[in-house]
Amino acid sequence: MRMTLNINGTETEVDAPEGTPLLWVLRDRLGMTGTKFGCGIAQCGACTVHVDGEAWRACVTPFDSLEGAAVTTIEGVAGPEADAIRAAWAAIDVPQCGYCQSGQIMSAVALLQGNGAPDDDAIDDAMAGNLCRCATYMRIRQAIKDAATLI
Amino acid sequence: MFHAPTQTRTLAERGFAPITRRSFGAGTFAVAVALVGGRAMADQTAGGLPVTPGGEVDPGLFIAIEPDGSVKLTCHRSEMGQQTWTAMAQILADELDVPWEQVEVVQAEGHPRYGDQNTDGSRSVRWNMERLRLTGAAMRTMLVAAAAERWGVDAGSCRGENGVVTGPDGRMAPYGDLAAAAAERALPGEDEIRLKDRSEWRYIGKPVASLTVPLIVRGQGTFGIDMRLPDMVYAVIARPPVVFGSVASLDDSATLEVPGVLRTVRLASPEPPALFKPLGGVAVIAEDTYAAIRGRDELIVDWNAGPNGGYDTEAFVAEMQETARQPGAVRRDRGDVEAALASADRRIAADYVVPHLSQAPMEPPVATARWDGDRVECWACTQAPQAARSTVAAVCGVPEENVTINVTWLGGGFGRKSKPDYVAEAALLAREVGRPVKVTWTREDDLRHGYYHAVSAQHMEGGLDSEGNTTAFLHRTVFPPIPSTFVPGAETPSWGELRLGASDTPFATPNLRLETGDAPAHLRIGWLRSVANIYHAFAVQSFAHELADAAGRDPKDYLLELIGPPRLIDPRDEGVEEYDNYGSPMEDYPIDTGRMRNIIETVAGMADWGRDMPRGSGLGIAMHRSFCTYSATVVEVAVDDEGRLTIPAVWSALDAGTVANPRHTAAQIEGGTLYGLSNALYGAITASGGAVEQWNFPDFRVMRMNEAPRRMETHIVESDAPPGGVGEPPTPPAAPALTNAIFAATGERIRRLPIFSGDRRDRLAPRDQS
Repeated sequence: MRMTLNINGTETEVDAPEGTPLLWVLRDRLGMTGTKFGCGIAQCGACTVHVDGEAWRACVTPFDSLEGAAVTTIEGVAGPEADAIRAAWAAIDVPQCGYCQSGQIMSAVALLQGNGAPDDDAIDDAMAGNLCRCATYMRIRQAIKDAATLI
Repeated sequence: MFHAPTQTRTLAERGFAPITRRSFGAGTFAVAVALVGGRAMADQTAGGLPVTPGGEVDPGLFIAIEPDGSVKLTCHRSEMGQQTWTAMAQILADELDVPWEQVEVVQAEGHPRYGDQNTDGSRSVRWNMERLRLTGAAMRTMLVAAAAERWGVDAGSCRGENGVVTGPDGRMAPYGDLAAAAAERALPGEDEIRLKDRSEWRYIGKPVASLTVPLIVRGQGTFGIDMRLPDMVYAVIARPPVVFGSVASLDDSATLEVPGVLRTVRLASPEPPALFKPLGGVAVIAEDTYAAIRGRDELIVDWNAGPNGGYDTEAFVAEMQETARQPGAVRRDRGDVEAALASADRRIAADYVVPHLSQAPMEPPVATARWDGDRVECWACTQAPQAARSTVAAVCGVPEENVTINVTWLGGGFGRKSKPDYVAEAALLAREVGRPVKVTWTREDDLRHGYYHAVSAQHMEGGLDSEGNTTAFLHRTVFPPIPSTFVPGAETPSWGELRLGASDTPFATPNLRLETGDAPAHLRIGWLRSVANIYHAFAVQSFAHELADAAGRDPKDYLLELIGPPRLIDPRDEGVEEYDNYGSPMEDYPIDTGRMRNIIETVAGMADWGRDMPRGSGLGIAMHRSFCTYSATVVEVAVDDEGRLTIPAVWSALDAGTVANPRHTAAQIEGGTLYGLSNALYGAITASGGAVEQWNFPDFRVMRMNEAPRRMETHIVESDAPPGGVGEPPTPPAAPALTNAIFAATGERIRRLPIFSGDRRDRLAPRDQS
């Protein structure tokens, strides 16, 4: 089916089978590969995007449920929180392989947008849905706190 | 402090051949310094493991200087988060002496000319630091010579620094201007190359920022799963649930009705041995990945189970435990263990079990292939591009020269991506379909069709004298060996696996023996970050703690006593027939108990070992040498009255000799330790009826942010010893440090991993209220 999605502020024409998750529309139909596949069942967070500003798992979100919604991906996320998160991530080299980090960053930006000074508990709550097999957790926690001071 | 002996052998004795070749094109200066791979090759065959494909001739590492002064390093190792791009570039840039901003990394394809490209075994820096330094220094020498000739001055009066050659009168020429002239020069001999003193290093050993992170934070960079080609189609595969099973019957009519599905393709099942051959099954080809997944859901397949259909992990573990309790084949022997046990004042025994594990990298295996006539080009997240090349050639029946393997970034590897079965799948399907094909493994595929960490059973016995000294130490290990993947019927633990923490146990105990028992494999068995070190360190370091407890001694002090005085150990002196020392020479990388003692004391100091702990809290310690690196860990646990376990803090010390980048080494300590803790807490792959039971992250549980320690401190020992491994050594001591801490906190000794399994999904046994 054909539909228009608002992705990173751009009205984007999409043609995909009904019910196709946003993840695969982004990756396979639109070539926006920054959003990653990790589990397909909303258990790992690698596919995290923002839908109307909220962290959302793209792997279980049918694209045809998003009419009128604003979708933001790692390629397009911007603003003071995103700038601070990227700077803090780079300052201490948070990522190792980097594969999960698009999702980590999207979750972290959403966290900071709602909570300007998250403590460890708030960070753990917000980030528990994002797996990292390189286990960069210690640096993610540190970088979120660092980012909060940069805004 | 104890350091490895100074390297006194010549370059030739260390395996370096003279500089053999250079090539250049339009204004570009390129040179290769060759490393003869013969020694490494011999090591790879130890214990029946396969020869490293492609490591035999003309291995070179290529550097190109462009006229504009930019420097391109072709990195022959795969980037999977260990920051090998950055490390290789640091080493090269230092000896070549160029500004960091001018260095650009180009990923090598899989080809024998690069020498060993297997990015595993924690050896990228270990095997390449000296070679890259020589490469950079050789090029600097040639640039200086070219400038001296141009100016008509003595080369000794010129120096190459920061991308510029400076002459005696202050004249300067940038490297880029000299590149073409340098390329015309004879290659320098070994005696003409001067390596920098380490005090002159600008990049090596410094916390240089990652070259990949600036891309990653913007969602840029190409992982295997990100490959896209014109006209490409997408595939997922329904594979036989049991290894060496096959399709009995297939109804794909509903599949072909799924919107976006194009067709299905039957793939032949392999005959043993498994090697890196695809598992067979039914592929669904579609317009996007999700249509292929949906189409696969609609397949109706009856499977023949084949020879492994009776595999049941629970029953198999019981058999292995029975084997481990019987005398086995003696693989290392010191003194008379039997007599010492018989005459001991006290004897203790313990059995340990560690399950199968899955590497579960966040990016599952993925590969893309495109044919052009009888030539195929592949793109894959592979740790083993040369094995991918030879496997694709063998499976497709074409010469290796017809196969190109392009290496993408890897979204984690942990050993899974050392096995290129998925690359061969892509090549087979692309040829059949006549279009480029990307094969994506779903998480279910990754967990159910892997090359698993071996399940193991170990039996330990110890004898103590009346003063609590350990006089006898018996270690028996039983596991289906990795060679079973390559040699049909291989059931005996190989020397190559025993040297991973069993044949080199560093205890000074007067009577010590290692025995093994056989176990057949019913899954594909393969490498997983630190491999057999995981279960061997778990048993040895747990039992050391049990001996300390039996003796009524502090576990840290007792561990030091077991290790004994500072000395060098060679297991070959005690009946160990093969000990390859992780492919590094014993002369340069001895087993040094002094370094072990030092990191134990270091980590104990970091953790303030010996302090009073609150009720329900405890500290556990473990130390392990692997990949020529020494790693020690202290874990703090807190267990409440309901048995809820938390890990408030972890301290880790690493002596890896010379490290390329302390920031990224610390990251590997953090990640490798947590990887080990995650396995110990939750990790288990089980099989029933030959088929793996876990399917996705809900039942193959891995550590999450909220389960990670709140505090973690790392320490890298300052050392000028040669570089050891970094990516794997932090993992082995994590599990025993954790279970030793649980014992300290609760008195409960955990001998079977994972800690949370069966009816203990989330908590330990409730604590005694008394």
